[in-house]
Amino acid sequence: MDLSKAIEMASATHTGMVRAHNEDSIGTDAAVGLAVLADGMGGYNAGEVASGIAVALISKETRETVLRIPPYEADGETGEMMATRILRNVIAKANASIYQAANSQPQYAGMGTTLVVALLSDDHICVAHIGDSRLYRLRDGGLEQLTRDHSLLQEQIDSGMITKEMARRSQNKNLVTRAVGIEPEVEPDVGTFEVKEGDMFLLCSDGLNDMVEDEDIHLTLTSLCSNLSLAATQLVQMANDNGGRDNISVILIRVKRPFPAERGWIGRLKAWFR
Amino acid sequence: MAKLILSLDGMVIREYPLTKERTTIGRKPHNDIVIDNLAISGEHAMIMTILNDSFLEDLGSTNGTLVNGQPIKKHFLQNNDVVELGKYKLKYVTEAIAAQASPADFEKTMVLRAPPASGKGEPKPEASKAETTTTTSVGKAFGDTVVNPEMMQTHGPGLREAARQAAASAPPPPAPAAASSAPPAQPAAPAVGTATSPGSVPAPAPAAPPAAQPAGSSAPLGTIQILSGPSAGKELPLSKPLTTLGKPGVQVAVIAKRPQGYFITHVEGATFPVVNGKHLDAQAHPLNDHDVIELAGVKMEFYLKPA
Repeated sequence: MDLSKAIEMASATHTGMVRAHNEDSIGTDAAVGLAVLADGMGGYNAGEVASGIAVALISKETRETVLRIPPYEADGETGEMMATRILRNVIAKANASIYQAANSQPQYAGMGTTLVVALLSDDHICVAHIGDSRLYRLRDGGLEQLTRDHSLLQEQIDSGMITKEMARRSQNKNLVTRAVGIEPEVEPDVGTFEVKEGDMFLLCSDGLNDMVEDEDIHLTLTSLCSNLSLAATQLVQMANDNGGRDNISVILIRVKRPFPAERGWIGRLKAWFR
Repeated sequence: MAKLILSLDGMVIREYPLTKERTTIGRKPHNDIVIDNLAISGEHAMIMTILNDSFLEDLGSTNGTLVNGQPIKKHFLQNNDVVELGKYKLKYVTEAIAAQASPADFEKTMVLRAPPASGKGEPKPEASKAETTTTTSVGKAFGDTVVNPEMMQTHGPGLREAARQAAASAPPPPAPAAASSAPPAQPAAPAVGTATSPGSVPAPAPAAPPAAQPAGSSAPLGTIQILSGPSAGKELPLSKPLTTLGKPGVQVAVIAKRPQGYFITHVEGATFPVVNGKHLDAQAHPLNDHDVIELAGVKMEFYLKPA
């Protein structure tokens, strides 16, 4: 099923004002309803390699898998949407691939990447993430972070050591506790959320949310919701205006209308005429 | 490396570098910082240091611990904080960090993990067990909730090593001044910042010194005055980073407040905004004092209101 009539996507990625390389990678496919964003790490160009492998492999594998296995169908074992299993599988493959490359080629030793992936299907969004790349949702005028960072700061906040306010001043930013490609196996956090018409989703690397306050992200999304690509470049620009200390990547998804799965032959026929 | 400077009545007694993950302060001799004075409890306070962040905790002392004059139980130490125990003062100083390690290095994302056993990528289980014993105490000391020991163990050598490696291999810091306490709201230099929108040349900004702009207090505030239509005469202060103008579904433009000045960009609608009689294109356009904007059939003037 082609989702490109029901959802709109826009993205932007930028090296920022300080770094020499852009180690972020992004990929979108509105027809499949897939968005992938990865923030690589590692010496020389290894970070770009790691995030590049993750995005390329996850995009390709997901596209192929959804042709065979409808993501909206229920997983016989867990009862969840099949989309969650698809994401777990493709992430495991990406992890193995990066881990293998890092361990077989000395120049890539220790490389890894954060990851946030969203797969939309049947009026739902399924999100998987590892590390400190995030997914936000704008719904009914309210901005909400749907992912919880795998980072030292988040752990410190959770354990009550520091408050969110203190976290903004911490010098221990960007220390992630989980990443793709570092260990032989990795466990993503996977969640599924119902989608409503008018919802807007933001996938971003920490280069955005470290430089731009949630309040200003919120303002940008609400002000520029009618021009998604402008909203994406505006977010990058704000991060750069505030110093642009890291690479900045954003993917925006706007739900223009509902996209229930067409089950059975009548549904497929209707979809075919649409 | 951060340090504490111990003083009494303005006389410096000693400096203590915070080299350990856990530094204890008290009257009894087993403490790392011993202050032999009856106003100090046997185990008075402790400081946990993780990379460049230090956290002070009062260990239930009789006379309490003050930071900058305020009694605290736990405190996230900031550069130049003054910790008071009885009549003694401990000043927390981090300046050396800025000089030694580059801020950019610390911003590079790094993974926290147990240190790999020599050579191979796999961490040895024995090694991690040994570390857990030292670190669970950290979890308890600070724990309203006990921190997951698996996670905490990575605060040990693994992390330090990662930091050291990063510091050793990295280029010199591009902006050391921003290292220690700079909040993300620091304005970029006026020369940069236009990279994402090639068309947006920084505004000449005759009355707006770019650096002062984001502070908002001393810089003149961009304001829109409606010149025609039913709301003629109305003023709209452009105090937010983004202000949208026009009629949704018909024609909308946005004015962005940036360190370099104010910029107008077309958002939606078939027609583009007109500035001083000229149609804009899709690029951001810098606004100058007394520019006249036409949008959705309404004329308005942009001007800079002196603060």
